[in-house]
Amino acid sequence: MTHDHRARRFNVEALTRVEGEGGLIVEVRDGEVADVHLRIFEPPRFFEAFLRGRAYSEPPDITARICGICPVAYQMSACQAIESALGVEVDAPLRDLRHLLYCGEWIESHTLHIHLLHAPDFLGYPSGIAMAAEHRFEVERGLQLKKLGNRIVEVVGGRAVHPVNVKIGGFYSTPTTATMAALAEELRAGLDAASEIARWVATFPMPDHELPDGTALVSLRHPTEYPMLGERLVSTTGLDIGVEEYLDHFAEVQVEHSTALHGQMLAGGDYLVGPLARFALNADLLAPRAAGLAAELGLTSAERNPFRSIVVRAIETVHACEVALSIAERYLVPTRAAVPVEAREGIGCGWTEAPRGLLFHRYEIDANGLIADARIVPPTSQNQPVIEHDLIHLIGNSLHLDDAALEHICEQAVRNYDPCISCATHFLDLRVLRS
Amino acid sequence: MTRPTVAVWKFASCDGCQLTILDCEDELLAIAAALDFRMFLEAGPEEMLDHFDISLVEGSITTNHDAERIREVRERSGIVVTIGACATAGGIQALRNYADVEEYTRHIYARPDWIDTLATSTPIAHHIKVDHELHGCPINKEQLIATITALLAGRRTPVTSHSVCVECKQRGTPCLLVSEGTACLGPVTHAGCGALCPSINRGCFGCFGPSESANLPGLLEVLRVAGNDEHEVLASLRTFNVTKFDTGATP
Repeated sequence: MTHDHRARRFNVEALTRVEGEGGLIVEVRDGEVADVHLRIFEPPRFFEAFLRGRAYSEPPDITARICGICPVAYQMSACQAIESALGVEVDAPLRDLRHLLYCGEWIESHTLHIHLLHAPDFLGYPSGIAMAAEHRFEVERGLQLKKLGNRIVEVVGGRAVHPVNVKIGGFYSTPTTATMAALAEELRAGLDAASEIARWVATFPMPDHELPDGTALVSLRHPTEYPMLGERLVSTTGLDIGVEEYLDHFAEVQVEHSTALHGQMLAGGDYLVGPLARFALNADLLAPRAAGLAAELGLTSAERNPFRSIVVRAIETVHACEVALSIAERYLVPTRAAVPVEAREGIGCGWTEAPRGLLFHRYEIDANGLIADARIVPPTSQNQPVIEHDLIHLIGNSLHLDDAALEHICEQAVRNYDPCISCATHFLDLRVLRS
Repeated sequence: MTRPTVAVWKFASCDGCQLTILDCEDELLAIAAALDFRMFLEAGPEEMLDHFDISLVEGSITTNHDAERIREVRERSGIVVTIGACATAGGIQALRNYADVEEYTRHIYARPDWIDTLATSTPIAHHIKVDHELHGCPINKEQLIATITALLAGRRTPVTSHSVCVECKQRGTPCLLVSEGTACLGPVTHAGCGALCPSINRGCFGCFGPSESANLPGLLEVLRVAGNDEHEVLASLRTFNVTKFDTGATP
């Protein structure tokens, strides 16, 4: 490292407090940011290759193993895609249970990210555990809410990491009303805690920063729900498409200077998925308390500061608690745990909103019910170009900082996107070709 | 052992087993008070010590670089504990061991020549001496805490050798295989999950790998007689612990 601000190169060997492992290389030449690379050393695991030949019933269990942080997202997108291929529609009460399960994952994942991964950046600690020495109340409150998220996943899914109760057509079994009543009781307290957490994160000092001009925001959109389970895709550039059209508008490309696949809009330009994009495109659909809090905390759909995504995550957590409570309160044991499913030939696509953004699955099923082709587009590969371009923009405005401060703000900025490198099955070592 | 230094290492995996540490919500601050986490990238600490008293290792070995890295972990570590099916069995990514990894690479990447990967995914114990193994996809939180507690107290880590069947009996779940002929790998699967799947009316699918003295051919015969589809049964053996339930080629 050098202190000549005209020519600097720094290398964050290993990014911490992200899911999976990656690093960052930044090059500055002649006082300008020449290059920023998110370096990923997560080896490929080849899910799309070994899914071929497996039974249509297996992807909910198999693709969950792509990511231990958001297995429910994989299960939900897989179910949606395969049910579409097989012409299956689940009963409304079963869809409600899936919605509840997904709320649990949002609460768990967002609360983990807020407290253990991201808040330490804003408050100046190296980790959530270190932060607990002086903010024990807040960390314990966060851990208890995280536990409630996991509790929901356990009640509906049977296990917090890699749930066992999800199947094509519904569930293996459904919770009892007594279990659900107890969960509702916990959720009433959890909702209050979530609201306090949102007020707490809104007090954090926020760097003044905006997404690069021209970044499109992309999210699912549902007629009546803040999107978790679909159903159309919309963007700030005016897209409004169905799931079958996704691959006509988006692609993943392997670019020469990087061995990572990058998400691209075929119309051109970077796009952002995740909380900030969801909120920008769906703020009108938040549940009442979450909507009220967003207004109280001055968050509007015009928000483009990626650092404020921690506040959006907290608002979405409140929303997830409200939706979960409402589903738990009106719960009646469904007449059946799953609808019958029969194998047939077909092609189906599915998409849902993982905590960190859009997750797309597509399967081709043959006449024997075996998978002929599988395609998975995780949120982090879609966000990777935005992350790199955002950093170029951020560093360009921060060159007056010394290397340590610059490195700190870069790491914090990467965490704004809650990247899940384990998810991004296509992420690989990045080799810098320039000198 | 007084406040041992601890490292958490990741190899090819989904992060779910190390997340299980952070999922100990009620115990996390107590665990952090008892263990001195110096290297745990997902949670923040990143201090490379010459010696760690305890290393928790998640993930399998799938690159030459990782094969070297795990040897370095061994050299720097007092006790090595592998956590989860990837580390103890190679994980679901070990399906490549029965396939053509070059074809896999070509299937996914436009420029397969840029990809560095081994033809196999192997458990940590194939590369270094491992002191304790925690099975499961993912590991069980209570087993993790019990193991940490035993290491801190300097006593033997809790070892179970029985199958999931025993756990069904303990929680009073009627046998799905006997009563309904449901395909269930419980009789040959290592205990540890608390017999979750049978309790929700689903046959065990072997997340925890084979139990000691598992009689796989015997179970396969029972399942066949009960009318289960052999392809489906073999498929469920060829998942997260495929190398341990070694049944030959993938379906």
